Amino acid sequence: MRSAPATTGRGAASTIAALVLVLVLVAASLAVGGYDISLSDLWTAGSAREMFFISRVPRTVALVLAAAAMGVSGTVMQMITRNRFVEPTTTGSAQWSALGILLVLLVWPQAPVLVKMTVASAFAFAGTLVFLGVLRRVALRSSVVVPLVGMMLGSLVGAVTLLLATRAELQQSLAAWRSGGFNSVTAGHYEPLYAAGAVVLLVFCCAQWFTVAGLGPDVARNLGLDHDRVVLLGSAAVALATGVTGVVVGFLPFVGLVVPNVVSVLRGDDVRANLPVVVLVSAALVIGCDLIGRTVVFPLEIPVSVVLGAVGALGFVGLVLVRRRSLRG
Amino acid sequence: MITVDGVSTSYGGTTVLGPVSLRFPDHGITSLIGSNGAGKSTLLTTVGRLLVPDTGSVVLDGPDGPLDVHATRSRDVATALAVLRQENHFDLRLTVRELVSFGRFPHSRGRPGAEDERLVDQALDLLDLLDLQQRPIDQLSGGQRQRAHVAMVLAQDTRYVLLDEPLNNLDMKHAVRMMRRLRRAADDLGKSVVMVVHDVNFAARWSDHLIALRDGEVVAQGTPREMMRPRVLEAVFDTPVDVHEIDGRPVAVYFG
Repeated sequence: MRSAPATTGRGAASTIAALVLVLVLVAASLAVGGYDISLSDLWTAGSAREMFFISRVPRTVALVLAAAAMGVSGTVMQMITRNRFVEPTTTGSAQWSALGILLVLLVWPQAPVLVKMTVASAFAFAGTLVFLGVLRRVALRSSVVVPLVGMMLGSLVGAVTLLLATRAELQQSLAAWRSGGFNSVTAGHYEPLYAAGAVVLLVFCCAQWFTVAGLGPDVARNLGLDHDRVVLLGSAAVALATGVTGVVVGFLPFVGLVVPNVVSVLRGDDVRANLPVVVLVSAALVIGCDLIGRTVVFPLEIPVSVVLGAVGALGFVGLVLVRRRSLRG
Repeated sequence: MITVDGVSTSYGGTTVLGPVSLRFPDHGITSLIGSNGAGKSTLLTTVGRLLVPDTGSVVLDGPDGPLDVHATRSRDVATALAVLRQENHFDLRLTVRELVSFGRFPHSRGRPGAEDERLVDQALDLLDLLDLQQRPIDQLSGGQRQRAHVAMVLAQDTRYVLLDEPLNNLDMKHAVRMMRRLRRAADDLGKSVVMVVHDVNFAARWSDHLIALRDGEVVAQGTPREMMRPRVLEAVFDTPVDVHEIDGRPVAVYFG
């Protein structure tokens, strides 16, 4: 859809601002770390260069990819459920993928990462379908109840996961994994995230479908779009993004919730026009939170999910206040 | 021509419509009238393939010959028929122009060209929305939003346009304006408009053809003059109705 000249101007300005912010944060993320690397070292010192490409670059790339995957997943979920307050962690999808990963750890501890990813994504997909099935059955449209249902399902699955982990004495690895950290991300461990990047590209290609789906099943059908098929496609995309991100870095809470809503408040809901901004703002948020986690207790690290939890909770409260109107109903 | 053949539709095991067989004329405005629960909206949304009938078929004249709306790929139907439900609840923040542009989706599949923009402009102009086109729809009044939705289905540029109670939410002035605009869509753009109208006088004043339903069945149909008779209307609405001639037009008086 072509936007108005006025909105295009405003849109372009906000896109450029977000892009500059992301570039600054990327530079900062590349510069900060336990090992002191200066720009000149990169040219002269081989060990510094090696460190840079084994640790700093992968970490930063992983941050951008995981952030983009979560932000875009939130946008897609919100369109296909027509609810502002859902994202992979409030639909239970992320918790299901955690259960999948744990089961792989139990059954086949040495499983290659591809198997883990597939199982995690499959579980996330099943979980999303369970959530959508429950929604359809109870025909809930109230915007607050929908994410509550998802969180309930998520807690239930989380409890089962914890029980299994406790029995197998895997709570520690579960906790470490769930906390969403990028400290272990190095070359050779983050590459699966490119699959999440591919999901983002796929969503870019069908962005318009998701906006039409957001207009509701009847309007979508009138416009010749199979709503159910778009819901299925969106769920699969979100499941893959969640599963892959989950395997590599764990949960990234609130990104998919806060970012699409902030972008929607600023720019409206044309998914195709918004996606680049969603990706940029998600990247800025996650890199920013990761930088905070890396610097406040230097040389130790706070996992990014903890920082995101704090920042995201504040953002969520702000969101509820701004979106009070759509909460009624 | 839309041919409805032996269509019956049910909700949760209760048949609320049919079996109904009828033909909608190919030009002008056809209005469905009847009491609450008579099956008007069910008939309209079944013809518009938003509901799947238990039996029967709905066939219209497509661009490439007869087209069964329930058996044809939805996107092919979407270039021949547009349908708008009465309530369209969504809280997407789109501008009026963005919403109306989605009417072009079945044609452009997301890549609008010059012709698409022209038809969007035409629909905005017809519904008098050019001044409001950059406004977010969530900031519009109920009546303005209703116009934006009608503009979207008109931008779809289909031969058949089905509207469920397009006068809902509109006050007298805006209801008259809406009917005048739909009349222009039928007369100038050659569309075949079928709609559910609650007020029988509005229906009679602006339609070419009236179809009356009662208890899920078609009980009468004809021109407004044929239908605006006390005996016919009393049978349809199950209440005493007088018809008076005012300025050469029949007006039903049913206020008791």
